[in-house]
Amino acid sequence: MIPLSYNLRNLWTRRLTTFLTAGGMALVVFVFVSILMLSEGLRKTLVETGSYENLVLIRKGSESEVQSGVERDQAAIIESRPEIAIGADGKSLVAKEMVVLISLPKRGTNKQSNVVIRGIGAGSLPLRPQVKLVEGRMPRFGSSEIIAGSRIAEKFEGAGPGESLRFGMRDWRVVGVFDAGNTGFSSEIWGDADQLMQAFRRQAYSSVIFKMRDPGEFERIKEEMESEPRLTLEALRETRYYEEQSEMMAKFLRILGISLTVIFSLGAIIGAIITMYAAVANRTAEIGTLRALGFPRRSILWAFLAESLLIGLVGGIAGLFFASFLQFFTISTMNFQTFSELAFNFSLTLPIAWRAILFSLIMGFIGGVLPAFRAARMNIVAALRSS
Amino acid sequence: MFTLKLLFKNAFRHKLRAVLTIMSIVIALVAFGLLRTVINAWYAGVEASSATRLVTRNAISLIFPLPLSYKEKIRQVEGVTDVSYGNWFGGIYIDEKNFFANYAVEPESYFRLYPEIIIPPGEKAAFLRDRKGFAAGRKLVAKYGWKLGDTVTLKGTIFPGEWDFVMRAVYRGRDETVDESAFMFHWDYLNETMKKTIPRRADQVGFYMIGVERPDIAAGVALAIDSMFKNSLAETLTETEKAFQLAFIAMSEAILIAIQLVSLVVIVIIMAVAANTMSMNVRERMGEYAVFKTLGFGGWRIGGLILGESLLIAFIGCALGIALTFPVAGAFGKALGQYFPIFNVNTRIFSLYAAASLVVGVIAAIIPAWRVMKLPIASGLRRLG
Amino acid sequence: MPGIVEIKDLCKTYRRGTQTILVLDGISFDIEMGEFLALMGPSGSGKTTLLNLIAGIDRPDTGSIIVGGVDISGLSESELASWRAFNVGFIFQFYNLIPVLTAFENVELPLLLSGLSRRERRLHVEAALRLVNLADRMDHYPGELSGGQEQRVAIARAIVTDPTILVADEPTGDLDKVSAGEVLDLMERLNRELGKTVIMVTHDPRAAAKAHLIRNLEKGVLT
Repeated sequence: MIPLSYNLRNLWTRRLTTFLTAGGMALVVFVFVSILMLSEGLRKTLVETGSYENLVLIRKGSESEVQSGVERDQAAIIESRPEIAIGADGKSLVAKEMVVLISLPKRGTNKQSNVVIRGIGAGSLPLRPQVKLVEGRMPRFGSSEIIAGSRIAEKFEGAGPGESLRFGMRDWRVVGVFDAGNTGFSSEIWGDADQLMQAFRRQAYSSVIFKMRDPGEFERIKEEMESEPRLTLEALRETRYYEEQSEMMAKFLRILGISLTVIFSLGAIIGAIITMYAAVANRTAEIGTLRALGFPRRSILWAFLAESLLIGLVGGIAGLFFASFLQFFTISTMNFQTFSELAFNFSLTLPIAWRAILFSLIMGFIGGVLPAFRAARMNIVAALRSS
Repeated sequence: MFTLKLLFKNAFRHKLRAVLTIMSIVIALVAFGLLRTVINAWYAGVEASSATRLVTRNAISLIFPLPLSYKEKIRQVEGVTDVSYGNWFGGIYIDEKNFFANYAVEPESYFRLYPEIIIPPGEKAAFLRDRKGFAAGRKLVAKYGWKLGDTVTLKGTIFPGEWDFVMRAVYRGRDETVDESAFMFHWDYLNETMKKTIPRRADQVGFYMIGVERPDIAAGVALAIDSMFKNSLAETLTETEKAFQLAFIAMSEAILIAIQLVSLVVIVIIMAVAANTMSMNVRERMGEYAVFKTLGFGGWRIGGLILGESLLIAFIGCALGIALTFPVAGAFGKALGQYFPIFNVNTRIFSLYAAASLVVGVIAAIIPAWRVMKLPIASGLRRLG
Repeated sequence: MPGIVEIKDLCKTYRRGTQTILVLDGISFDIEMGEFLALMGPSGSGKTTLLNLIAGIDRPDTGSIIVGGVDISGLSESELASWRAFNVGFIFQFYNLIPVLTAFENVELPLLLSGLSRRERRLHVEAALRLVNLADRMDHYPGELSGGQEQRVAIARAIVTDPTILVADEPTGDLDKVSAGEVLDLMERLNRELGKTVIMVTHDPRAAAKAHLIRNLEKGVLT
């Protein structure tokens, strides 16, 4: 077989063309990987936001806590359920929460964004082990104190520790910052539910959340609660609840991303086809010579295919490399479904990396296969005549 | 014309390569056009805004309501010509996938404020008469095959329950910036129902639409309204319709910027590949050009021929790109219909196509053409072997 | 004694557009082992075609060619390829060296088709290069060599597998007088000292002078 050094050196000899073609593929892979990383980051954020063992109850028909309303008497009925787990301190792991959106200005610009304010109860923090207080302290119940999620404290005016926000005709002092990793909670502000409900003149909670003693009982609990005549509620596993919140965005990203990738990859593949046909045309005499010397057709085929695959591979690795830097960036945007601020990262995983390389090899293959066949099927005499 | 024929023959000497080059230009242009169309669609609401309309909402955020009692006070503000109000309903038609804008409005004032919504008088009267009636845009009606008199049920999300409506009117937009996929019904129907089911939520308005006399007083009127309600239970935020729409878009700015950046870079690369290919052609034919020179053709003339060939390929790509943009954008618009009710190709982008093609054609030809013009004949002939 | 090459009733036509041209018209002849044959004739007479057929890079329409006892007109495409690797050494007018490979690597190429180990290949390549007096240039690329040197590398490549026949198509066509002389001397030495059968197509009377036997091909007929 024709040695690999032949292919490598040929690629090097026509450097400009090789790099341009590989560059095209690198860019396609970059876009491809970014979209995958974005979707994965979004998915991770929202899925990890919930716990498998937690159950969320919102009003039937509402799509999110913001639209939902759970009356006080309904909340009381839920709190008395036996399936609620008991925490280490002997108290039930249940919380009645109220969620609203408020418009806050971002630091440095005048642009406003909708931020989730969650009125919490005593059980809220224990229900969410992913949430950790990193600065300051928890707000005192009965006061106008609030704590801000790390992403909000960082990005929004007046939301940092020691600062205060004004809404509902009151000043609310930020006494602490909490971090919930990549989850949606990091983009929220928490305070006492009763205080917040007063300030916003709301009579009803938005949701009730509790930890199931036995997560396997979910189906049964769901059925009972949804058929209970005094309640008009819908029950969801917390993980599923948050997953649904991202579906619209995930779908949007997916469609936009895939179409861009497809279109751009067509461009990159055509670039590769052109490059390889030109390479074949330029090396016609060589091909004839190699065949005359006794190299079989398939070695010629393989040689040109290998060059094309190499271009793809180089492009793929380059694209992946640059895309990996995106991990340093956080996207902060509005979730289309909930209208609220959502911050999430680009998340690179090994499966994504493999898909990227595979994709680049496929592009290289498609780009090279036809020219390689042309090279292999050349008539020796005709090829030699062109020297 | 002889020259055009010559250019054509030369450009298509390697048919396959010419076709591939044209294809890559087409792809780059169509991708660019598609992305610009997406960005335009994002800003669709802004395009539809009027300089003489204001939007008033609760200062805390859009999800908090305003009292109905504000209406009269707003009406009294100097410069205000008309006041309408409404609530975002957000109902679901059968399935979440069938997303379209649906809201309750005070119809008479709303139609006065939005003359770009055109309804046949008979249907308008029927809609105004029937409190359970709704008016829908013709695109929406076409999509679901509704007919006048049909009952359509929406599942309430913000306002719980199953809500029945009867189709009384179909509207169309005065121009293509109007969303023809919206669904409007009577605010009174919503309010009366709330009074019966959840009384504390009655007499609450989601937003006020306000008409002002002239665009230049808009800012002043907005300020006047907001100061009127300052320090009350429901403080207001009033902005021009355009500012309101822009604020919405600003929240997804990150994605928009990302899309614009990506599109630009990729397109540049694809064009660079095309340019490289075209210049490859020229490099391979150096020998021929030397022969032309010996025959007496001047350097400029040959340079011109090279440029001409290059531009020919580029503009064929441009033409095909323009032709393909419509079907591709159409398919895209369908797939993302629920996010972009308005997805139109703005023909102004085609002048950008032409500019890009021109640039590619010139860049591809310029260095090779220069070399040919400077080429000493002997070295060129040597290449012929 | 049967020759190393036996040709019987060879016919070959080419199609040019709509025309069919009869290039070789029922030729028969033999070439003895150790022969140094020059094929001459006017342009388009079919000498290169005949050479190509003998070398196995083209197929006759009718007739048979037997080289070293093997009827190559009956071999399949891939059998022909491996036959060529070990039985034919090519010397082209334009050398046809692979520009991205060094002289050493170019000469090594045919050996890659054999099962020889790296070390064994190295031995053969060095021997071949020594024979053509270019052992000191083995790491140079064709672009760094003169025309005459390139042709000598090509000759080294042609003999490295110890083939049955050497075919040369205008080997001095692109060389100056001095280099041409060197190359011809080399070919003559290979023929005389190593007993290689050389079949050469040429216009050059000086090249023809080096051969033992000259045959003319005119309008597809051998004289």
